[in-house]
Amino acid sequence: MAIKTEQLILNMGPQHPSTHGVLRLEVELEGEVVTKVKPHLGYLHRCFEKHAEAMSYPQVIPYTDRMDYLASMYNNFGYVLAVEKLMGIKVPERVEYIRIIMGELQRIASHMVALGTYGLDIGAFTPFLYLFRDREKILTLFEMTCGARLLYNYMWVGGLSHDLHPDFVRMTREFISYFRPNVVEVNELLTFNKIFIERTANIGILPADTAINYGITGPNLRASGVKWDLRKNDPYSIYDRFDFEIPVGEGTMGTVGDCWDRYYVRVLEMEQSLRIIEQALDQLPEGDINESIPKRIKPPAGSVYQRVENSKGELGYFIISDGTLNPFRVKVRAPSFVNLSVLNELCRGHMVADIIAILGSIDIVLGEVDR
Amino acid sequence: MYDFLVDLIGNEIIAAFISAALPVVFIVPFVIFGVLMERKVAGHMQDRLGPMRVGYHGILQTVADFFKLLQKEDIVADGIDKKFFNFAPYLVFAGSYAVYAALPFSSKYIGADIDLGIFYIIAVSGLVVAGILMAGWTSNNKYSLYGALRSAAQIVSYEIPTALIILSMVMLTGTLSLAEMSEMQTAYFWNWNIFGGAEWSFTKLLLIPFMFAGFLLFYISSLAEVNRTPFDMPEAESELVGGYHTEYSGIKFSMFFLAEYANMFAVSALVSVLFFGGYHSPIGYVGNTLGLEALIPFEQVFWFAAKGIFFVFVQMWLRWTLPRVRVDQLMTICWKYLIPYAFLNLLIIGIITLI
Repeated sequence: MAIKTEQLILNMGPQHPSTHGVLRLEVELEGEVVTKVKPHLGYLHRCFEKHAEAMSYPQVIPYTDRMDYLASMYNNFGYVLAVEKLMGIKVPERVEYIRIIMGELQRIASHMVALGTYGLDIGAFTPFLYLFRDREKILTLFEMTCGARLLYNYMWVGGLSHDLHPDFVRMTREFISYFRPNVVEVNELLTFNKIFIERTANIGILPADTAINYGITGPNLRASGVKWDLRKNDPYSIYDRFDFEIPVGEGTMGTVGDCWDRYYVRVLEMEQSLRIIEQALDQLPEGDINESIPKRIKPPAGSVYQRVENSKGELGYFIISDGTLNPFRVKVRAPSFVNLSVLNELCRGHMVADIIAILGSIDIVLGEVDR
Repeated sequence: MYDFLVDLIGNEIIAAFISAALPVVFIVPFVIFGVLMERKVAGHMQDRLGPMRVGYHGILQTVADFFKLLQKEDIVADGIDKKFFNFAPYLVFAGSYAVYAALPFSSKYIGADIDLGIFYIIAVSGLVVAGILMAGWTSNNKYSLYGALRSAAQIVSYEIPTALIILSMVMLTGTLSLAEMSEMQTAYFWNWNIFGGAEWSFTKLLLIPFMFAGFLLFYISSLAEVNRTPFDMPEAESELVGGYHTEYSGIKFSMFFLAEYANMFAVSALVSVLFFGGYHSPIGYVGNTLGLEALIPFEQVFWFAAKGIFFVFVQMWLRWTLPRVRVDQLMTICWKYLIPYAFLNLLIIGIITLI
């Protein structure tokens, strides 16, 4: 006699410690095995794109801060690059270098949060606090430069809000020499921990073709073995002047594109960012940061698409201008939003605990998913 | 202790009550100390200070938290089985409290000196599983249910390696009474079971590696039995929010909390009784040197608590270092590794004791 059974539907979130924000997952379970995961979005929707239409171009910048609030500098960076491209502004060398330094520091800070919270998801609490302690140093550098620690409004169209603090270069070098050994420490504590490897290797395998079909970008794509980084493949700003590598997932502990690879690619990327910062600090020219800021920001009618390599993936801004002071339309291609779409594909057939491991390895920020 | 109280008071019932209540005098201060210790250990391991505000270096933090918990609203959700929901936390606490009855705190104090002490402990700690299942099922919450089922499966599975190791210790010492077992490991630390017991012979040297293996196996499975990291599946806060006690608040939640810390000490105490000489001092007694016989039982309580707290500290150390294993890996560790090795250990120790 067959026993009548039914699937268990588990509602995970929006108030759940490990959904990285207000994400709601509708999980269909067969025992502890996942058959389907359906993400429900929109709990943090703030109408950024619509708001942008009612605002002048510089007023949009603080709104971009609030999308991926862990990588605000880079959101500023992408937006100002788009508007500058639309207006045909060439910014001074010093501004370019400072933007790169800030952007890469921000990438490290964002990866630190990603790695730390990933450890937290797996159950290791201590690496999280170690990484946050080090992130504090980056935030101090930002605070020194522009006064803000999370939402900077630092990059302006044609320039920057403040020049560097006189101590900035020295302190950044100190940070680099301080942080390198700490990466090793975190690796010893978490990355090469047997339990951590057991939990993440061969879990949530994302093959390269699936990743490309879903439009996955950033560390998640590179973990699947695809060498694609906009800083190298479609260089913007002055990225073509720096010497750095693109780390890709190699399946060291399991299969290419598993959670461990996604985690480890971020660890390696931090080192590459440190290299870029070192080179930029060496080459940093003197100059005026304000000379190319236009008096009135009124781009000609037309449209522009500018994409940058954010810490989460490809961040794209599509701006339509009708020749007035306000943008006609601002559309953001948010990497977290696109990366999240593959969740169901990755989770199927794994266990409940693996949903957390997979979601953490994708590294989403709900502010950017919902905008 | 009970006989002494009967002589003192002259009433068996009152004496029995006092004797039974004595562990509370230990458990409650231990929990207050243990929670603070956990937070301090966590803090210092993580490059921060831990609680610092209430009292000197935060020593009164747990007391403040306890009073806060007492004042909390006792939330009972709709649509749950209220009778069992209210009963479960007390059952869990009773299970872990009952273990203390058979723990020999010193040569003069043991709650109930039963001949089957160690089997009594294994049996009575099973009550905890019933309480946890009850809590998870009656909460009418899927997360709680998952936590409870995981916990039940885990505790039941890990009881097998624990029992096997205990069995090998029983073979070695030839007694089931914990008091006797402690008494056999008297004098200095080289008489402890982990160093092959008190008898000086060729077998003592042979036993040492297997005793160490047994200790490791026992300690790992005891970690799982008290649901500590890396085996804290039932409470896995990043997956199941709070596990079986998600729906509890106020004093009932604190009952679970109390039970968890009481359990932590109980298994640590069991480790020290089985392998590390129980209440015996590793370096001899001050009372003996000074000729004060009356001092010895107090010293023994000190050593017993110190050994227990040391192993509790190791549990905390592991918790703040290691990630958590997945539930199927947890079962794999138990059934594929711990149980076969425990069997092998049992077999070898059996052969050695026969020589």
